[in-house]
Amino acid sequence: MNSTVSKREIDLNLLKQGDRGELAALVEQFSNPVYRIAMNILHSEQDAEDIIQETFIKVIHGIQNFEGRSSLATWVYRIAVNEALMATRRMKGTLVSIDAETDTGEGETSPVEIEDWCCRPEVETMDAELRREMDQAIARLPEKLRIVFQLRDMEDLSIRETAQVLGLTESAVKTRLLRARLILREELTHYFQGSSQG
Amino acid sequence: MDHENCSELLKSIEDYLDGDIQPEVCTMLEEHIRGCQNCRIVVDTLRKTISLYHDEARQDVMPEAMREHLYIELNLMDYLPRSRK
Repeated sequence: MNSTVSKREIDLNLLKQGDRGELAALVEQFSNPVYRIAMNILHSEQDAEDIIQETFIKVIHGIQNFEGRSSLATWVYRIAVNEALMATRRMKGTLVSIDAETDTGEGETSPVEIEDWCCRPEVETMDAELRREMDQAIARLPEKLRIVFQLRDMEDLSIRETAQVLGLTESAVKTRLLRARLILREELTHYFQGSSQG
Repeated sequence: MDHENCSELLKSIEDYLDGDIQPEVCTMLEEHIRGCQNCRIVVDTLRKTISLYHDEARQDVMPEAMREHLYIELNLMDYLPRSRK
């Protein structure tokens, strides 16, 4: 199923006036990314559904105070990330912010496995087994790396926007992004090495 | 950049992959990659990793029932795209 939604500029003034059509356009444009963000943090459709609804309710309630200093997408994603993180902290019974340095994941990862799998047939078709492996690999990433990778490489935010969503410096985003990309590349290389041997 | 310093590539690879790099550093990196098979493979597979996840995300959409619940919750049912009603 293709998720491509024709993106058009959301009219902030109409939104602030309570225009339901404009709100529907906003929901249509951001519901899939918000769904993916919630799922990547919570890993449960039931939990994600609550967070998605809560995110859009907060958007509706907060739109009057949105001043446009960041993009609308950045603001919506920030609400979604915060809601999902708060939910997961509540479930785990801990209070750790996304920028806390207690998690792992800041160190450098040098490429170890060298195998050119770019032109494998299963890469071109992205078969079910490969998708499963990709899902498992990203789920294994430390949360702080996973969110950065998702916003930048899966949802197309810029480095600056990703930093704004997460309240991080651009330099911290770049560090985490590189590490996430290298870990995922390494995991996929292991997968393809295994599949070629087996 | 010689082959003993391939790890130096990593320091600039982020900016290189994002196209946000000084032209002279870019030229130096591309020259190195042309002559170093391992670095070329790392760069190619990194690019492919990113594009695979990017493409996968486009296919990962909210289930229809969840979308309906959302539109109901937000009192927007009359705006649910027609193909989904």
